[in-house]
Amino acid sequence: MKRISGWHLVLAPLAVLFALPLVWLLVSSVMSNAEINRFPPALWPHAIKLDGYRYVLGNALFPRWFLNSFIVSAVAVTANLVLGSLGGYAFARIRFAGSKLVLGLMLATMVIPFQLTMIPTFLVMKQLGLIDTLGALIVPSLVTPLSVFLFRQFFVSLPRELEEAAWIDGCGRLRILVSIVLPLARPALSTVAVLTFLATWNDLTWPLIAINSDSTYTLQLGLTTFQGQHHTQWSAVMAGNVITVLPVLLGFLLAQKAFIRSLASTGLKG
Amino acid sequence: MASVVGTFTVDPRSRAPKGRARGEGATGWAFVSPSVLIILGLSVVPVLWSLLLSFQVNDLVSPSEWVGLANYKALVKDPAFGSAVSHTLIYTALYVPLSVVAGLGIAIALDRKIAFIGLYRTLVFVPFVVSAAAQGVLFSFVLDPEFGVANSLLHKLGLPAQGFFSDPGQALYLLVAISLWSGTGFCVIVYLAGLQGVSSELVEAARIDGAGRWGVLRHVTLPALAPVTIFLLLFQTINALQVFDLVFVTTKGGPLGSTTVIVYFIWEKAFKTFTAGYSAAAAYTLAVALLVIGGALQIYRRRVAAR
Repeated sequence: MKRISGWHLVLAPLAVLFALPLVWLLVSSVMSNAEINRFPPALWPHAIKLDGYRYVLGNALFPRWFLNSFIVSAVAVTANLVLGSLGGYAFARIRFAGSKLVLGLMLATMVIPFQLTMIPTFLVMKQLGLIDTLGALIVPSLVTPLSVFLFRQFFVSLPRELEEAAWIDGCGRLRILVSIVLPLARPALSTVAVLTFLATWNDLTWPLIAINSDSTYTLQLGLTTFQGQHHTQWSAVMAGNVITVLPVLLGFLLAQKAFIRSLASTGLKG
Repeated sequence: MASVVGTFTVDPRSRAPKGRARGEGATGWAFVSPSVLIILGLSVVPVLWSLLLSFQVNDLVSPSEWVGLANYKALVKDPAFGSAVSHTLIYTALYVPLSVVAGLGIAIALDRKIAFIGLYRTLVFVPFVVSAAAQGVLFSFVLDPEFGVANSLLHKLGLPAQGFFSDPGQALYLLVAISLWSGTGFCVIVYLAGLQGVSSELVEAARIDGAGRWGVLRHVTLPALAPVTIFLLLFQTINALQVFDLVFVTTKGGPLGSTTVIVYFIWEKAFKTFTAGYSAAAAYTLAVALLVIGGALQIYRRRVAAR
């Protein structure tokens, strides 16, 4: 018989500790109001009640917030893939005047903390008439220096010979990028997609500043205000919380390898 | 985010293939200009604008008025800013070392091939992808003094009920604990990746020389992981000094201002009391502090890497 490792005694309780708050999130979202609002509160539901979900989905704003978050994240991910790969490819492969200076400047902006730029960014967006629209959330997240940098690093590591035949046949740079380089760039594409999605879907600070009307809220902002207004209806608040977390959680569980590689890469490339 | 700035490799073959080198400048600029415009436009312009604002009085609506160093002078004397700084430092001093040490310990524990190891890893990582807003809402409920499960458990164990976020003596430490729950996973991910790079031959050699488990850890694994550790210290410190979302969702800086951290202070001054110039001065103070810390750690990191 195979010997069972003693490490389970350490790892199993640890894993439970990390998982417990999320288990409780799920459990409390299916409790009835009566059960959740009694003192001391029940630790486990006697029956699964979907009151919370019914309330949240019956509230016309919640689906709207979900859609808003989805639009912002989807546009941001697409734009970062397109603009990031274009820029990254040019910085990796094309020699042009000023490229090193511009790349250096762009990378230097990564050390600028958000609080330093948030007031002027607000004023810029106000000038552009974008405050209180999804545009204010989309424009600043269209492309990040990290996306350009990650693509550049990946393209630099690809053997140049792959492109040479097409180049000799007279293909343009764009054609080479789209039909030869990008199909090989799945790791870079998924890393940029994952990091952009996490950053935009989970953001609260900027939507809090840029958005005033509740019909333009993102899920994070909506959930936060919803909690403020319904703090006695905990099952509804937790149902809303599950809906907010679910896309990220599902993404993580389905594409765990891509998520972990992406997150680790932010740490090891430095 | 500062992490990635380090060194980047230059492709030694970075030249156009023979014959068609000319005319590439236009293509290059066409490819990079959208990114350059957006990134530099939304960073260089605001950074300079913020600097101007910090010498002005501005309410985000009417034209601003030049006041010189008045904002910075007021900031130094403002007891609210002083306590925001000290709350941020307490939070950082607890969160950073604890998350890094726990991350290392858990990564070492997870770095083995046993049954369920994939499941264990998933469960440890998963809180990291949960947004600060969702964490805040969840723990506001768990720690609700009346309806929360935490007090319910204490009650079952025969322990006295706690005030949690309504207790000025507890709130800041609870924020540290919640951040540890969600943020340690990141350190684990990075350390696990780093552990794959620790030479197994070195470990083997140390074993043969008679080193025990601790000896290997102290003399082989930890030195090999030093660059990773320094990166994590830098990354976690920068994040901790900028904590905001979780505070906004759970305590709004209270009770009695006990969890007002620097970024909350900055946000409040800009978008609640509409004293944007004063807020910009606070933001600049924090940014300079971050730059100094980041610079010092980068230099230290180069030195370790060169060794």
